[in-house]
Amino acid sequence: MKIPFSYNIRNLWTRRLTTALTVTGIALVVFVFAAVLMLAQGVEDTMVATGSEDNVIILRKGSSGELLSAVSRDQIGIISTFPEIAVTNEGKTFGTSDVVTIINLRKKQTNDMGNIIVRGVSAGAITLRSQVTIKEGRWFKQGSTEIVIGNKIHDQFENVEIGQQIQIGSKLWTIVGVADAGKTGFASELWADAENIMQEFNRTTTFSSYTFKLKNIGDYETIKTKLETEQRLQDLEVKKEQQFYLEQSQGMAVFIKALGLVITIIFSFGAMIGAMITMYAAVANRTVEIGTLRALGFRRRSILTAFLIEALALSIVGGIIGLILASFMQFVSFSTTNFGTFSELAFGFSLSLDIIGWTLLFSLIMGVFGGFLPAVRASRMNIINALRAS
Amino acid sequence: MTPLVQVKNVSKVYKRDTLEIPVLQNISLDVPEGEFLALMGPSGSGKTTLLNLISGIDLPTSGSIVVAGTDIAKLNESALAKWRSHNIGFVFQFYNLMPVLTAYENVELPLLLTNLSKKEKKERIEMMLKVVGLSDRMDHYPRQLSGGQQQRVAIARAVVTDPTLLIGDEPTGDLDRKSAEEILTLLERLNKEFKKTIIMVTHDPHAAQSARTIQHLDKGELTKN
Repeated sequence: MKIPFSYNIRNLWTRRLTTALTVTGIALVVFVFAAVLMLAQGVEDTMVATGSEDNVIILRKGSSGELLSAVSRDQIGIISTFPEIAVTNEGKTFGTSDVVTIINLRKKQTNDMGNIIVRGVSAGAITLRSQVTIKEGRWFKQGSTEIVIGNKIHDQFENVEIGQQIQIGSKLWTIVGVADAGKTGFASELWADAENIMQEFNRTTTFSSYTFKLKNIGDYETIKTKLETEQRLQDLEVKKEQQFYLEQSQGMAVFIKALGLVITIIFSFGAMIGAMITMYAAVANRTVEIGTLRALGFRRRSILTAFLIEALALSIVGGIIGLILASFMQFVSFSTTNFGTFSELAFGFSLSLDIIGWTLLFSLIMGVFGGFLPAVRASRMNIINALRAS
Repeated sequence: MTPLVQVKNVSKVYKRDTLEIPVLQNISLDVPEGEFLALMGPSGSGKTTLLNLISGIDLPTSGSIVVAGTDIAKLNESALAKWRSHNIGFVFQFYNLMPVLTAYENVELPLLLTNLSKKEKKERIEMMLKVVGLSDRMDHYPRQLSGGQQQRVAIARAVVTDPTLLIGDEPTGDLDRKSAEEILTLLERLNKEFKKTIIMVTHDPHAAQSARTIQHLDKGELTKN
């Protein structure tokens, strides 16, 4: 039979100062733990949101990103005839041939230079990527040296107001609009006409990628087979757009998680030792109570469980507080270089159900490790010695 | 009639490092059902040790202790815990109430080890608190009660499971004369009205007067009255 839960809770309340201090320690560690996971998740979410579910992207086989990829104009010509590609109401192919390059711009806050993706897109890009809309100004004209900047670039970089000019290649390009790309990677890009960008960089025959919408997402395998069997397309590969962008975020996400979790685990030892000291003190202060409970007939197991529950209650409260604090980080946004694309990516902290689950589990594990040894000590007390403590 | 408690040739030796300290030597004692026995003796005479052995919170080095037909020296720790919860009610010198639990909850504690329904538990707790005269203090915490009241709660806790044996270790040792008197009267009432068998350790001759029988222990041996 168990010792009532109210006994544990009231004991925690009785020593509220130490309880509060221990809970604070746990909450801070949990905050860091959750924030790290939220940051990694933020990178993934941003990149995954960049892709659309029914879009696929064609790249050169083995290229880790668009910067290193090359798809020739002829190859795009062949692919664009595939009947699996969705068609717009006007009868045009739902696709865009993009060319991707990088320029430097100066950040507002740190005054450092950041690598910015310049994406030359064809006319179909705007209908294909409906998540990107014009927020201020207008879209660039085809064949012009006009550019549209993503909202995050607008927020975080200097001299990027509408009407200002940016040096790309040998020419000055005029900003004519700010795009709202929400929380996607496109928000950290500059968009211009693909053909003009290609001329600027002497790349007249090769694009970086070709992205199109499938009539039916099930046709993905058919496209894959066609690329494998068609002689002229064998140096290309197809990826689901979301999968592609997820892969682009992996390096960064794994780095954040690995570094962050190592630090958190070191911190967690501090919090666990704190919980352990609190629980050892609780056991020492309640020696007579433990002896009495044992004399009344409560078994060692019940005593062990009671003290463990007390430690778990401490850790779960700390966990919930840490999680609530971390949830406010959702309002914070960062901009840094994404290792996957070597370019600036703005992203925020993103809280998911998985993270909530892992964080609470993490705090419970701290509770178990912090509470186990004191609970064992309590349960192993000799009844006579414990009663004599009075 | 078989005595309720049969202590036969019991010895207890404590070991401290390599040193052996004999506390009880070859003690034999019978306690009939319905008895109110006071164990007296100077400090270190072994009376609390004998009480601990009879109540099953300590085991003898040799000899047997049979309580209501069970040789408790042969029970393992887990069985002994269960046995205690059914057969022994404890009253300690310093009451040993849980400070964070109310009088009602303190009395409820041993009932948590029984299979009684919630309603039955409630009835019993309320009845016992009434018997000890604390019906109006059920929701009070120990710190809100006087020493005598706390000991009465402890007595209610000790008898709420209707144990075979009530064990008191200096139950009036921490009380003023008036409160001590009240506690002794209560114990006498439990013995007479409720037929509870009581074994009480005391070194207060006045307290011992409440008992039906007095046994003296000295240097680990029972001496004649």
